[in-house]
Order: sequence, then C-alpha cells, then structure tokens
Amino acid sequence: MPKAATRQKAEIKPRSAKTSTNGNRSKKAPVNPTELAVETAKAEFEQRKRSQQAEIKKTDKTLLREMLYQMVLGRVFEERCAEVYRMGKIGGFCHLYIGQEAIGVGSIMALRESDYVLTSYRDHVQAMIKGITPEGVMAELYGKEGGCVGGKGGSMHMFSKELGFFGGHGIVGGQIGVGTGMAFAQKYKGTDDVTLCFFGEAAVNQGIFHESLNMAQLWKLPCIYICENNRYGMGTSQARAMSISNIAKKGESYGMANEFVDGMDVMAVRSATLRAIERARKDGSPTLLEVRAYRYMGHSMSDPGNYRTRDEIKKHQERDPILLFQESLKAAKVMTEKEFEKIRQEAIEATEKAIKFSEESPFPSEDVLLTDVFA
Amino acid sequence: MQVLTIRDALNQALREELLRDENVFIMGEEVAEYDGAYKVTRGLWKEFGDKRVIDSPITELGFAGLGVGAAMAGLRPVIEFMTWNFSILAADQIINHAAKMLYMSGGEFNVPIVFRGPNGSAYQVSSQHSQALEAMYANFPGLKVVMPSSAADAKGLLKSSIRDNNPVIFMEQETMYGMKGEVPDDEDFTIPLGVADVKREGTDCTIVARSFTVPQALQAAEKIKEEFDVSVEVIDPRTIKPLDIDTIITSVKKTNRVVIAEESHSFASVGAEISHQIMENAFDYLDAPVKRVSTAEAPNPYARNLELAALPSVDKIIAAVKEVCYL
Repeated sequence: MPKAATRQKAEIKPRSAKTSTNGNRSKKAPVNPTELAVETAKAEFEQRKRSQQAEIKKTDKTLLREMLYQMVLGRVFEERCAEVYRMGKIGGFCHLYIGQEAIGVGSIMALRESDYVLTSYRDHVQAMIKGITPEGVMAELYGKEGGCVGGKGGSMHMFSKELGFFGGHGIVGGQIGVGTGMAFAQKYKGTDDVTLCFFGEAAVNQGIFHESLNMAQLWKLPCIYICENNRYGMGTSQARAMSISNIAKKGESYGMANEFVDGMDVMAVRSATLRAIERARKDGSPTLLEVRAYRYMGHSMSDPGNYRTRDEIKKHQERDPILLFQESLKAAKVMTEKEFEKIRQEAIEATEKAIKFSEESPFPSEDVLLTDVFA
Repeated sequence: MQVLTIRDALNQALREELLRDENVFIMGEEVAEYDGAYKVTRGLWKEFGDKRVIDSPITELGFAGLGVGAAMAGLRPVIEFMTWNFSILAADQIINHAAKMLYMSGGEFNVPIVFRGPNGSAYQVSSQHSQALEAMYANFPGLKVVMPSSAADAKGLLKSSIRDNNPVIFMEQETMYGMKGEVPDDEDFTIPLGVADVKREGTDCTIVARSFTVPQALQAAEKIKEEFDVSVEVIDPRTIKPLDIDTIITSVKKTNRVVIAEESHSFASVGAEISHQIMENAFDYLDAPVKRVSTAEAPNPYARNLELAALPSVDKIIAAVKEVCYL
C-alpha cells in the first residue's frame, strides 16, 4: 500500500466514543483556551451529526455514496499531490484543498450536467467533482501531455469545455468577473442553467467581487457566488484583512440573497446550494453563500505556516468534514465502516492509477509552444 | 459608394453585425439610452433593445470580466470603453484573462470579444484622458490590436474584429470620428486583420503611420512633394498585431528611408518595434537611420500650446522626412 494512503487512513479514522460524547469529560472545566475550543468543536460536531442525519434520510443512497467517494478521493488525491510535490514531480505552485472537500462536493453535486463551474487556483478537487478524471488532473500537475489541458496550464488552470468546467484561475478574484459573464450568457441564451463561482474569502476584498455582485443583482444573472472562507488569505487571517467578519452579509449591500453555511457539513452545503439553484433557475436571481471551512494545509506547498499554531489546526480537524459525514451516515444506518473502507480503497486505486498515468505520459512536444495563442 | 464619417462607418458595422449574429451584443457606459458618449452606438438601443445594447454601470473591470465570461460561454461581446484610458482599470481582465484563456486552457476556451473605444489625445483633455495605449496591449500574446484611420478601414476592420475568434483591441481616435471617406455599400465588406494599406505611393521615403498620424502623414507627403519634389510613400499597418511587416519592408527596400509617426510616447513603442524589425530585415537597404515622431515623454498637458508641442504634427513629420532625406 502506498505511504500516503497509510497516513491518510489515520487522518480520517472514526473518533472513539471516549473522545466524542463522554459525559464525564464535558463536566470538567477546560484548562486553557485551546482545550475550550476543542471542546466546542466536539459539541458542534455532535450537533452537526444530528442535523446531517435528517438530511441524509431525505437523500438518495447512490448519491450519498458518490458524495462520500468524491470527498475521500479529493482528500487522498491531494495528500498524494503533496507527496509527489515534495519529490519534485510537480513544479510551480500547488494549492491544496484538504479540509474544504465538503464545499466542492456539497455544491457541485447539487448541479445538473449543463450547469457551469469555475474557481480559483485551488482547483484540483472541484475539477474532479465536475468530471475531469484524476488522470487528467494529476498529469496536468505533472506538466505532461496527458494533462487535461496538455500541460499548458498546470495546477492553477484545469479546464474542460465539454464538462462545463471553466477553470482554474490564478488572479485572486479574477474569476468572479468571468463567472458573472458566464451566467450572463446562460440567461442571454434563454436557458435556466446556472453558474457556480468559487473564490476564497480574501478575494472579497478585491474590487471585482463588488463590481460583479452589483451587476449580477442589477441584471438578475443566475450566478451562485460561493465564498469558501478558509480563514486565511495566504498567511493573513481574515481578522487582519477585513473590517467586518460576516461575509454573507456583504450580499445585503447589493440586495442579494445570502446565506452563511458551515463548510464542514456537506449536507448543509448541499441544502444551501439547492436553495440558491432554485432561485437562480426561477428568475435568474443570484446568491452569495459564505461557506466557512478551514484550510488544513498551507496556502501553497511553499507555505511555512508560521502564522498559526498546530493547536488551531487540530481544533478544526476535530470537525473534519469527511469524518463528520461518515459518522452521520453510520448513525443514520445508511452506510457501514466496511463500505467506508471500500470507498477509501477505490479512491486510493484511482489516485495511484492517476500517478501511474502521469509518470508514463510524455512531456508535451515543443511543437505546441506556439499553438493555442490565437484561435 | 457612400461617403460616411468614421463614426457612422463604425455605427454601420455594429448594426450589420448585430443583425447578422444573434450572439453579438454591445455593452459599455452610456452605449444605449445616451446613444454613446461619442455617438458611435447612436440608434442601436432603439433598434435592438435592452438585450443587445446594454448600458453598464461605471465598472470597467466588472464589465470587461463579464464580457470575457460571456465570450467563453459562446457569445460575441463588443465591449466599449468610453476611452481606452479607462481600460487600465480593466487591464486584469483583458491581459490576465482574455489574452491567456485559450493558451492556458490548452485550446479549450477561446474568447471572441472586441474591446473598443477612442485611444490617444482629444482636444485638451489633459493627462489622464489622452493616452495612446497600443504598445501596452500589443505586448501580450493572445491579443490582436487594430487601429483604423479611415471610414472604410473602420467599418471593414470592425466587422472582421467582431467575427474574429480572438480578443481584439480595437482603437479608434476621438478627433477623427468626424473624418469622412468613401465606404463600400456591400454589407459583407470586410478588411482582413493583419494586412497593411499603402495610403499613398511614393519612391523616395516611407512614412509608417497609424491612426492619428495617418492624415498628418498624408498632408506632410503632399507638402513635401510640392516643396521639395520628394515622393513619399505612406503606409498604414492598420493592424498593429498581427503586424504586416512585409508591406513595410517592401516599401523600405524601394525608398531606403523611413519615418515612423505615432501618437504614443516613444519609449518601448510600436514604432520602436517596427524600427527594430526594419533593422533586422532591411538593414542594408537603409540610407539613413530610422526616424521616429512620437508624443513627448511627459504626461499630456492641458494648455493648448503645450499639447500641440507634445503631439506629433504635420510640421514635425515634414522635419523628420527632411532629416532622413538629407534635405
């Protein structure tokens, strides 16, 4: 079994009863703020588990299984990306999605095929959820011919016209303007398709966010703006960069429907996205969702992470979105540990297949250097 | 043949393309109800309505981005900047997004969009409203840059730009909107991008001019003919990128002397590029160093006399021709 896979197993193993709902422990006063935060996170975990079960019971089992598979694939795939990056197989930047899987899965899997998706440079997992193969994504990271854009884009620029995945964009917030235009085109053509436009919380401070939301609400463009609040814009925390903390409320400035969602809860993300989709399909109304998660890894692979503590990361891992989803599925008696293990094995196999494909794929021919400059 | 102003020729091109292709729409500040800040879109909103001709808020980065996304999703936006000066606010969407989308998506997403508006000086509108920005945009692979100087060119090139499958930077000149010229009546009249036009044939000296400096170069050529009996050829590349360098080189090989007249500043300008390509391709044919006439290396001033001193003029072009011809 590959090394990453072994490590991965440890990361998402179910929590023992002792650390989850131990009554004695909860009576004991926490000794320090970190411990208090961890206790709070655990309590939230239990609350979320209960609310997730209710949503799970209303959802098709095949879909639930696929959702869990995509989350686990995202996690395993990205862990492996980190490994091969350290081995020098991947060049340039590499921004990982670990900890945020519930957002991509909960939202993109609420779409229909003809809908559009675009996101920032943290795009590997969203690309796979929209249908680009793990081989296509990994080989792109390797800068190989078999990559989804033939090695010209790399980590930050995954695209597929056929699948409605409009990128992978490298300028913070730049895709918010582009996504607004995609939604404009959907409405112009008279379809009731929608666009999901992802960006991080730091992008909210860019002018393009405000310019786009204003136009989208003014013209009723069916764009669902999903702010993935992972708490840090590179190494600067939201508190150090934004005058207010409630991003969802910024929608009010434009009269736009908005909602705050717990990004660790895949079912909550799905429900909120479905509500936004319904509005958008009905009359083109846009929505701003603030989905709060936590970026476990650095901003990119070159991030030393000296702006936060290990305790802080640990606190958020207590509410890990995959762990939460699995516990809820189990509690709702929809899936078993055995099935979780099978899913994990499938994800490992898919990832290893992608690695093998990428290793074997040739580098792009230098003949393509000057192609695709003009259509 | 009809005689039209450049403004009306552009208007006709827009109207015909709106009629021809349902996916073409116009967006920009004051393009609809106001009929266009410079009246280029006059009457189009009344004819085509809110769906096709759209007044945007003053939000250049926003509507440039919207245009890029709409183009990726299959539409053909014509985005008007009230002037190219304001495009600097939208530069991220033009340069980082429109120009690179096809390449970084490995050929998946082309961006058939036209960004258009007046470029360069007007009449005493001072530093922030008088910039000729073609060199900046021409520097980025993935963008085509077009600069017409006559009514026929304006119409034919704009129609080609709208039909082109790439992002096109289409630069007009405010002081030239009222200039009249003959324009073919044919609704399918187009001029291919990347083809220069010999505006006046000559044998002794070549002036390479574009946009603002083309009428000046033609006047200068006339005066030089009268005064010195020197025959000047005037070439207008019309498209800066792709650049039809062959037509320029052919002319240089014939005349052996070159003046490049341009409205932009001289440092790192399109004229500098043309001059370099002439050196590379026709060095042995040159009887004098290539001479450039550009705008002074200062922000454009307001005072009329200072503005005239800064900009290229007929007299400055004549002086340059005399210099390369040793007159």
